[in-house]
Amino acid sequence: MRSMRSLSIAAVIAIAFVSFLSMYTVNQTEQVIITQFGRPVGEPITSAGLHLKLPLIQQVMRFDQRYLEWDGPMVEMPTKDKTYVQVETFARWRIKDPMHYYLRLRDERSAQSRLEDILGSETRTAIAKHELIEAVRTNKARQPLLDESLTGASTGVGTLGVLHPIRYGRLEIEKGVIDAAAQKLGEFGIELLDVRFKRINYHPQVLERIHQRMISERLQIAQRFRSEGEGEAARISGKKERDINEIESTAYKRVQEIRGEADAKATEIYAKAYTQRPEAADFYRFLKSMETYHKIINKDATIVLSTNSDLFALLKRIEQKSGD
Amino acid sequence: MPLIVLILFAVIGTWTSFYTIPAESEGVVLRFGKYIYKVAPGLHFKLPFGIDSVIAVTIQRQLKQEFGFATPDYTNPDQVGTDPAKEQSMVTGDLNSVLVEWILQYRITESEKYLFAVREPGRTLRDISESVMREVVGDRTVDEVITVGRQDIEITALHRMREMAERYHLGVSVDQVQLKNVNPPEPVQASFNEVNRAQQDRENSINVANGEYNKTVPRARGEADRKIRAAEGYQFKRINEAEGDVTAFNAVLEQFVKAPEVTRARIYLETLGDVLPQAGQSVIVDESVQQILPMLPFPSRPVEGSQ
Repeated sequence: MRSMRSLSIAAVIAIAFVSFLSMYTVNQTEQVIITQFGRPVGEPITSAGLHLKLPLIQQVMRFDQRYLEWDGPMVEMPTKDKTYVQVETFARWRIKDPMHYYLRLRDERSAQSRLEDILGSETRTAIAKHELIEAVRTNKARQPLLDESLTGASTGVGTLGVLHPIRYGRLEIEKGVIDAAAQKLGEFGIELLDVRFKRINYHPQVLERIHQRMISERLQIAQRFRSEGEGEAARISGKKERDINEIESTAYKRVQEIRGEADAKATEIYAKAYTQRPEAADFYRFLKSMETYHKIINKDATIVLSTNSDLFALLKRIEQKSGD
Repeated sequence: MPLIVLILFAVIGTWTSFYTIPAESEGVVLRFGKYIYKVAPGLHFKLPFGIDSVIAVTIQRQLKQEFGFATPDYTNPDQVGTDPAKEQSMVTGDLNSVLVEWILQYRITESEKYLFAVREPGRTLRDISESVMREVVGDRTVDEVITVGRQDIEITALHRMREMAERYHLGVSVDQVQLKNVNPPEPVQASFNEVNRAQQDRENSINVANGEYNKTVPRARGEADRKIRAAEGYQFKRINEAEGDVTAFNAVLEQFVKAPEVTRARIYLETLGDVLPQAGQSVIVDESVQQILPMLPFPSRPVEGSQ
């Protein structure tokens, strides 16, 4: 009896142990393949939860099911226009076919190095096939907003505020890399979600020349502003002179018109009065002569009058009488 | 003995059956590693002995990522990058170089996606953000990036980042992209300032010239008005005088016509009577005397009538 009981306890423990060995869990983030003596058997298990396997002889190989990162190192490379740039690329990928992946790569470390090889070389090829601007710009049709204060008064000379034209653009180059790499990576059971340029920058040696160009470009803008200022000032000063001349000459013209009108009117009034009847003209001449005498005779004048004059006519006659 | 084992079993079972989810979070429950459901904040029950496991995810909390700079004392490990100096350097669409700093505000909205779809979702979002920002800046001129285009960049980048976050199954919602400092590279900054100075100089020249204009032209206008007024005054004067003269003349003429001879003689004599005493010297010469000229010039002293 006693040995029966201990036997049954041992059996229960053994069953529990065996069933424990034959159960395994698959996490939500994992996918699994089962290997038997190192050789994969059956289909990969991608559903999470509790699963069964043969104890001891079957092993569980776990792989990530999520999108995994690949962050490329900074690589220096020339573009088609021989500009040296530093490019950093990143990709997101997934183990799509764990069987292939396991057979060809075994683990993630060798997958990372394969990604590095393939994506690195495809990026290099793509960059070398295009000019730098193609990898920088995206939208072919985009027109830049203009900074009113910079291009304001006159339209600028030079390339300021102009986007360099492109034929392909960044997204197309990225797509080229993806298409080329996706096929190669497919053989390793890897699905490529995306490859993108994270950073594209000038090589430090090139950068110095870029800075020089930027400086000269800015100084040229500064010069244009100063020149615009001086030009505008000259224009205002010219307008000033023009306006003053216009104002003064218009005033002169008006003054002459008014004075002329006044003189004409006065002349007309006088003429009308003096010609109203025959005696008037005669009388006017007489009056005016008299008036003129008042004006022209002063203390410096010497007047010589004949005794024949109207004033002294009497004087003469009296003298003649006494003389007779 | 079996009793003690049983009690121990029960205690551990109870102990591992209860859990709490803090506020602002939600619990994602896994059974044997498989996602089954989500629970709200509070006290909850689950299957013990590691059958069920729970992951608490802080949803609703605003998270931040900084690019091109790093604020110290952060709790979110994805908040700062490894090399801010490299993050900020970019190439613009006119092939200039520019330094851009920006931040990204986001929230975890779908915790099961955030946990299970992508390994390193925070770093992936950083990569997307850098890539998108360069894409957007690469389509703009350096002046747009630094001055006029900032808002446009923020909006465009936000839309692109949302699109990408969706595509990468990140389970986050990108709420805001904000540009911080945007500067030309250090060696170029002086020349950008020079442009600002030149702009000021331009305004200054124009102001000085306008000042000169305003100083002289209104005065000239006033002066011109004065001359015209003076001429108008002359006009009134001239016409009024003429009319006055004519009125006076007409009055006298009327009387003259009545007795012309007498009036003429009277006026003549009156005039001479007025005028002759004014003269310095008066000489009366007989009409028969010839050759008066040899006697002139006369002495300056007045002389009695000769002869």
